[in-house]
Amino acid sequence: MQRFYFDHNATTPVAPEILETVVACLGQVYGNASSIHHFGQGAKQRLEAARRQLAGLIHASPNEIVFTSGGTEADNMAVFGVVRAAAARPAHVIASAIEHPAILAPCRQLEAEGVAVTRLRVGSGGVVSADDVQRALRPETVLVSVMHANNELGTIQPIADIARLTRAAGVPLHVDGVQALGKIPVDVDALGVDLYSMSGHKLYAPKGVGALYIRKGTRIAPVTYGGHHERDRRPGTENVPGIAAFGAAADLAARTLASEGERLSALRDRLENAVLASISGTGINGARWDRTPNTSNLYFDGIDGEALVIALDLRGFAVSTGAACSSGAIAPSHVLTAMGLSADRARASMRFSLGRSNDAAQVDALVEALQASVTHLRRISVHA
Amino acid sequence: MPDTAPIAVAMSGGVDSSTVAALLVRQGHAVVGLTMQLWNQRRLPELAAGDATGRCCSLDDVYDARRVAEQVGIPYYVVNFEQQFEEHVVKPFVSEYLAGRTPIPCTLCNNYIKFDRFLEMADSVGAHQIATGHYARIRYDQPSGRYQLLRAVDGAKDQTYFLCGLTQAQLARTLFPLGELNKPEVRELAKSMDLAVASKGDSQEICFVPNGDYAAFMSAYLKETGVPEQLTRGEIVTTDGRTLGEHGGVHRFTVGQRKGLGIATGEPLYVIATDPASQRVVVGGNQDLLRGRFFAGDVNWISIAGVSAPRPAQVKIRNKHTPAPATLYPTSDATRVEVVFAEPQRAVTPGQGAVFFEGDLVLGGGWIE
Repeated sequence: MQRFYFDHNATTPVAPEILETVVACLGQVYGNASSIHHFGQGAKQRLEAARRQLAGLIHASPNEIVFTSGGTEADNMAVFGVVRAAAARPAHVIASAIEHPAILAPCRQLEAEGVAVTRLRVGSGGVVSADDVQRALRPETVLVSVMHANNELGTIQPIADIARLTRAAGVPLHVDGVQALGKIPVDVDALGVDLYSMSGHKLYAPKGVGALYIRKGTRIAPVTYGGHHERDRRPGTENVPGIAAFGAAADLAARTLASEGERLSALRDRLENAVLASISGTGINGARWDRTPNTSNLYFDGIDGEALVIALDLRGFAVSTGAACSSGAIAPSHVLTAMGLSADRARASMRFSLGRSNDAAQVDALVEALQASVTHLRRISVHA
Repeated sequence: MPDTAPIAVAMSGGVDSSTVAALLVRQGHAVVGLTMQLWNQRRLPELAAGDATGRCCSLDDVYDARRVAEQVGIPYYVVNFEQQFEEHVVKPFVSEYLAGRTPIPCTLCNNYIKFDRFLEMADSVGAHQIATGHYARIRYDQPSGRYQLLRAVDGAKDQTYFLCGLTQAQLARTLFPLGELNKPEVRELAKSMDLAVASKGDSQEICFVPNGDYAAFMSAYLKETGVPEQLTRGEIVTTDGRTLGEHGGVHRFTVGQRKGLGIATGEPLYVIATDPASQRVVVGGNQDLLRGRFFAGDVNWISIAGVSAPRPAQVKIRNKHTPAPATLYPTSDATRVEVVFAEPQRAVTPGQGAVFFEGDLVLGGGWIE
């Protein structure tokens, strides 16, 4: 059976040119980047080259980039690191209700440790309001964390507006950029963010590598302890092949971001227009504008999303009901319910996330499979 | 889609359902493996003690099921029915217990989840038939036009007692490939097919109640859902009305129970009845437990359409009970019969299932009133 992948927000395949970098590094650049000798220096060079590549993509300075094991570690480092470095007690943190669990769970942990947490609701567009941030700010607020693009909806949050408020209040702003990097332009200065989380495998690098941008001057305490790697901010021997791949991925994104963005948004619109025109009881979750170009979240009323994912997989199409990490979960998506969707409609919702391998023919085949599966599932649920 | 409709196999990660999946693949069927996630074993942490082995729906079981599916090369998915399971199985179990009856969740689960919801899931993956690792047999009877349910060849493993709620529509689409085999043969088969789970232990007791400790489960669940347990405290009284002491909740007692009364007397005392209205637990001697007749309600007729005249049968009143000779007397309600035993039986417990046999044939079953 031919298989088509429409789940690029969960993860992406490693791009062929990046795979070459990984394999070459694994084979030849085996030195420890902290070692003094030739082998160590070779590794260190790859490490710093990647740092420059990634810094270039987000318009940062290389010494503001700390490599991590992935987006989750970067998020944890930002949340715990900033809160622990803050002198003020009692502390208060603001986060949006549609953050990834890598932000929400650390916030719950902070709450258990006595930190006050405000979770900002979103409207039906799936977008946080900067006014709500303003209202939530308190004298004891030590961190605001809002994602750049939502993983389930693709909706882009008004980061620059929020940054103006946090900067005026003297509060550091952390942005989880995992779902934005490689999909839309990121300029940490233009946005005005203080910390920015990134993950390699969302932009065609392998799993297991991420980074946190930390603006020079941001107070952040270490959350792990060990050697002096990454300027004392993240101990542990660096994953040089993964980091080199992340650097190559940043270059690839810089080269192709504009053209891929245009191509993918056309494909995404093709998918949405065909579904809305040919399948009844469907609609788009969240705003249609200001989204990452590759992401579409659609509901199919009367359908169990889990059953539709399985039916599509058996036809060769990989999609998801939402975040991959929440599959098999009992509760409907926290993002969709935070937007005010009913539990039924949230359960009837699907995420389609497009990427480099998709083309118009695949999108048309997906629409056909959707028509057949949705018709079948609706027919049998009448009998049930 | 596959060219021929697949069979959906309910895979628990145990040796039985794993063998079913492997057997059907070996016979050339297209198979889709599905694991029903029914209960979060980490949900009531005070019960778990960190060890969820031997109970269904643990992460280890999903791991095992996935590994077998990979081994035999079939598509495999985990589907989450936790909400439906709590609604249709756990909540009725708890409220029945609080109402002084001793419920039987496995039958509810088979009726509402394992077959009802699972058949819907099978529909959605395009499967016409489902298969499970239950020990029972299904036979189509041409003259009556009915699907009949028969005891498994392996009498010790027979699970027909828990399957007495299956409807004709459910039976028509269900396969029990293990019904003609005994357990050692199944293990042998699993070994011969190199299944990773071939020597895994059998699952025990009720899947969501660790170590079969109902009282501990009830306490933890009531606490989590905010029901004060003290409400069910009351007196322990004898059949002739003497008060012997106090108890911590009627749900801690089941008819026939001897241990845990906390009362020292000369002769052994047994729970005869629990009365949720007065919160009383009635105790007495062994002879007080014997009953010669009872009514069974909500009867589901399987191998026959019903009884219109007194009909001899063997009646089983709990899972470990040996079916006892009895006569089924029809009532004005086709789904209610009076069961009159040839010899009085011990601990006829309201809330438990009563299943009527004629030899290996399951005539039907209902709930003891």
